[in-house]
Amino acid sequence: MMRDIRLLDRMFIPGTLIGPFTQANPGLGGVCTFVGEVRFDAAEQGGVEALELTHYEPLTLPGMHELADRAFERFDLMGLLMVHRVGMMRPGEPIVCVSAAALHRRDAIDAVDFCMDHLKSAAWFWKREKRAGEWHWIEPRQQDHEDLARWQ
Amino acid sequence: MITVVFLGKLADLAGAPTLRLSAPLDWAGLKAALPEALGEAVDDPRNRVAVNGALLADKAALQAGAGDEIALLPPVSGG
Repeated sequence: MMRDIRLLDRMFIPGTLIGPFTQANPGLGGVCTFVGEVRFDAAEQGGVEALELTHYEPLTLPGMHELADRAFERFDLMGLLMVHRVGMMRPGEPIVCVSAAALHRRDAIDAVDFCMDHLKSAAWFWKREKRAGEWHWIEPRQQDHEDLARWQ
Repeated sequence: MITVVFLGKLADLAGAPTLRLSAPLDWAGLKAALPEALGEAVDDPRNRVAVNGALLADKAALQAGAGDEIALLPPVSGG
């Protein structure tokens, strides 16, 4: 079983993770990958100049491992890759990469969807973005709670 | 001493990501040891509290001693 759960404080190139991950799961029937990037947003919305993600070491990575445990319990997976950035990022940079390998597509697709909904709304990350030279903290959104409720 | 870690916008209000306070501390003692505006902000019912990396079910039950680390965790950001 291939399991790779990481926090990264540097820019990463998802392809360099996904290739080896796929190779490490011989006999898979399907692999599903999601890559999230820092949005630019239009200039009239203030245009994002930078995004900073802070985390709390004793909770954040252990929380991602618990999420991976739940994904393995809930779906029939061969492997799971879950990589999240912390620190300062520029628009266009990858911020998260989740990849799941399974014998059948539904498990792979649903596991990625499940992990992403939980990473977005229940993982221990605090984000602030810089617009027009000023930093603003990003608050929880109703949509995130609705996304989580899909899995309850 | 006790280390208090402020996450998210609480770090902005505190002016620093961590503070060192005298042990021991309970929840009322912690709030009283902080500047008034910060004490009110940490009292937001949506905030969670962890001691040495373990989340408290009820932050009013906080009991921290010398060498402990208290983390004050505001709601996490959405997508």
